[in-house]
Amino acid sequence: MIPRADIEAAVIAILAKELLLPPAEIALDARIEDLGLDSLGKVEAIFALEERFGITIPFNANEPDQPDFDFVSVPGIVAGVERLLAQAPA
Amino acid sequence: MRRVVVTGIGTVNALAQDVPGTFAALAEGRCGIGPLGFRDADRLTVRVGAEVRDWHPDLDPAQLPLYDRVTQYALVAGAEAMAMADLPDGLGMRAGVILGTAAGGIQTWEDSYRAVFADGKSRVSPLTVPRLMHNAPASHLSIRHGLTGPVLSVSSACASANHAMGLALQQIRAGAADVMVTGGSEAMLCFGGVKAWEGLRVLAPDTCRPFSLGRKGMVIGDGAGVLVFEAEEHARARGAKVLAEVAGFAMCADAGDIVAPDPDSAARAMQAALADADLDPQDIGYLNAHGTGTLANDRSESAAIRQVFGPHGPPVSSTKSMHGHAIGATGALEAVACLLALTQAVIPPTVGFQAADPDCALDLVVTTARAAHVEAVLSNAFAFGGLNAVIAFRKV
Repeated sequence: MIPRADIEAAVIAILAKELLLPPAEIALDARIEDLGLDSLGKVEAIFALEERFGITIPFNANEPDQPDFDFVSVPGIVAGVERLLAQAPA
Repeated sequence: MRRVVVTGIGTVNALAQDVPGTFAALAEGRCGIGPLGFRDADRLTVRVGAEVRDWHPDLDPAQLPLYDRVTQYALVAGAEAMAMADLPDGLGMRAGVILGTAAGGIQTWEDSYRAVFADGKSRVSPLTVPRLMHNAPASHLSIRHGLTGPVLSVSSACASANHAMGLALQQIRAGAADVMVTGGSEAMLCFGGVKAWEGLRVLAPDTCRPFSLGRKGMVIGDGAGVLVFEAEEHARARGAKVLAEVAGFAMCADAGDIVAPDPDSAARAMQAALADADLDPQDIGYLNAHGTGTLANDRSESAAIRQVFGPHGPPVSSTKSMHGHAIGATGALEAVACLLALTQAVIPPTVGFQAADPDCALDLVVTTARAAHVEAVLSNAFAFGGLNAVIAFRKV
């Protein structure tokens, strides 16, 4: 199992790359909207997470409440990745 | 300025492979969206689309290997439109073709890459280039019907067909041609086409519900719409049956975001099209919306429509809920839907509608068609790249 800290670090690294920010500037509880990530940045970050962890993220940009994957905050994304990793076949 | 009219229309789409069948389906509120049946569709996340099914085109078998589906659809729709227009021979350089397509022969690209990358072959079909080039549908229409005037393809993503029709209108107005065959064709429904769209996270997994709460995005469709535009005096002189006037057109760019829509810019395009057509907002009896069924488009477009028409705007529907979003052909399919409203007094509905969205407060025609005498219509197309193209048709 991948430790939560490693998932957190990967999520922050991927967001930092999209936002052109140093990873240290993204707080562990940051909200995506506050970071200023636009819609294309969001789908690129999702793609990067899928490639990094070998998962498929059920995210549809047209569902405002994002019932299948919470992309609202860093903790939400980390929890979502953890859940998908736990479901993934070994 | 010369007035321009429509003297022929033809179409192939998920609902039907001709105009009478399409008119009937649109009037019935039938949905052409279903499970995708092409190769490797099981490897997609999104597995619905508005495919042209049972496709056995009446085309010369000796020529068929030259035609990607994008060309086949254009030729079959074009044959119907040309038969309806019943043009005289010998138009020569006074007649041309301007056709929209976003992806051109994408299936041909896919087949050739499969051959060399996946199947390890060292060569591809020698017809690969003439099949996949974006101008193949326009050129084959010109060859098939002997049209030797201005012939070209227009590619502006989801606005391609509206841009093509607008340019065709301008050719005739400017006196560069008397007849222009125009519209759009698209055959994006193949594995690579849908796989590319999946990445943007804007495709619906179920169906297309424009302007409705519960909408989950767009659904891709295939097909072609071909219209014969003709100078009015040319059509009248030969006693042609005139279906409608091509009243006006306008195009503009957001010069903003590459994908996010801009409601102010969309409103400017509609206002400019009305001005070009010498129409007031209250003259419009039906608006065929871009209405993709994405959160972003439908909100932005609703705001733009209210900006132009005020709180009591015209009846609006998105026929993409039935024929799918045929990308570079969609404006032409929607022009056919507009002609249904103008010539048959039937406003086609938005199907799949579940509940009103407060962000889309419009006079929406939903579920079933509405009978209405319509004097003039507006049809919106807003493309990725921030490109807006709006066309107006008027009753004759």
